[in-house]
Amino acid sequence: MFETAKRRQPLWLLAELTYKCPLQCPYCSNPLDFASAGQELTTEQWIDVFRQARKMGAAQLGFSGGEPLVRQDLEILIAEARRLGYYTNLITSGIGLNAQRIAHFHDAGLDHIQVSFQASDEEVNQMLSGSAKAFAQKLKMAREVKAQGYPMVLNFVTHRHNIDQIDRIIELCVELEADYVELATCQYYGWAFENREALLPTRAQLERAERITNEYRERLAAQGHPIKLIFVTPDYYEERPKKCMNGWGELFLTVTPDGTALPCHSARMLPLTFPNVKDHSLSHIWNDSEGFNYFRGKGWMKEPCRSCDEQDDDLGGCRCQAYMLTGDMHNADPVCAKSEHHSLIVEARLAAEGDVSTAMTFRNERNSRVFFKG
Amino acid sequence: MNAAVPVINRMFRLQWEEAQEAWVLLYPEGMVQLNASAAEILTRVDGQKTIEEIQRELLTKYPEAEGLEQDVNDFFAHAQTLNWIRYV
Ligand code: SF4
Ligand code: SF4
Repeated sequence: MFETAKRRQPLWLLAELTYKCPLQCPYCSNPLDFASAGQELTTEQWIDVFRQARKMGAAQLGFSGGEPLVRQDLEILIAEARRLGYYTNLITSGIGLNAQRIAHFHDAGLDHIQVSFQASDEEVNQMLSGSAKAFAQKLKMAREVKAQGYPMVLNFVTHRHNIDQIDRIIELCVELEADYVELATCQYYGWAFENREALLPTRAQLERAERITNEYRERLAAQGHPIKLIFVTPDYYEERPKKCMNGWGELFLTVTPDGTALPCHSARMLPLTFPNVKDHSLSHIWNDSEGFNYFRGKGWMKEPCRSCDEQDDDLGGCRCQAYMLTGDMHNADPVCAKSEHHSLIVEARLAAEGDVSTAMTFRNERNSRVFFKG
Repeated sequence: MNAAVPVINRMFRLQWEEAQEAWVLLYPEGMVQLNASAAEILTRVDGQKTIEEIQRELLTKYPEAEGLEQDVNDFFAHAQTLNWIRYV
């Protein structure tokens, strides 16, 4: 959603303040071994990161996690970020929020709050988030966010278990007066990849959901309703991959809780070394580090991408997906029908048509240690 | 003549970005870089001035510009469909 001139600047800074989170979503994009991450950055270290990134052009700042509300210094960080001129976004599950905190964030200059939901249905929601009171709390907080005059984005991660309720999800969002609604079918990285079989919807489910979303769009637009519905399809049902983060190291900069800087929040899984803000300046990290330069441009490509005439459309797709599925991060994203590994995607689609187990690995510290082979 | 008073919607923030050498509109998780004429118009939107007053200011600054009034009207119509502005 960025329309700008093409100079390589980290316009979007994602500050993953902490991996701590009271929920345990089985599709979380945090690394599987998050329990092994080092010490969180201090307040001063974060502010220094904000200052450096702002000088390099960053204009959007997302506070995420984990659950950013766990950080007791969040208000200070918001105030400082706003003073530096950022548009400040809080990306939260709503757990740990209350009216007073919303008001304090407002005074600190917070521009926008995004509340993420798992489903419109309390039961599915509880199953997915591993928390009984979560849903009621989220509803209450969404109402409070609007009551205090913030713009609000509601984010629903959709998948096999809730995508058939898309009509109820949309109606709930209208009722809550969301400004934007992201209906994002989950992407299979991190925890979601571990749980792919239990999460991937069938093609029929997906097409139905997209059709219903389009119908609502038309109806709401006809009523002059300002709400915007954004439907994100899973690339598993595409024949060409998506362009990774608008290009590797072109626009996005993620800083993880321990200060590791990444071109995208899931890039940590790749066999590359990524620099830490504790050791290097952001300008060195962005301009000169190996991690940020590795997949810039097209020189790294192998066949079929190297001689492909669609290179510029997708830049070979997602490096993490290529790595996860084929074991070589230089390969074409197997979502591409030209990839020799495309059958892996086709098989996953076929598996979704059958009876799938609903057993899922929930994202929590215990399960994370299983993945942490440190 | 147009007596409507536009104001920028709360969801958007208009800001000069030194690194981009441009005015931008910031909104939840997004940003639009404005071209020079859009910036000339939007930076005059303050919830006080009418469209007519904005047109007059621009005519004073760019007396030789042709079709300026129409351009301003078109811009506001477009900005409203994008939800950038509303009228007070
Ligand atoms: S072969 Fe590579 S560059 Fe060509 S469309 Fe497929 S992923 Fe993109
Ligand atoms: S390759 Fe890019 S888009 Fe894909 S997960 Fe990694 S960094 Fe993100």
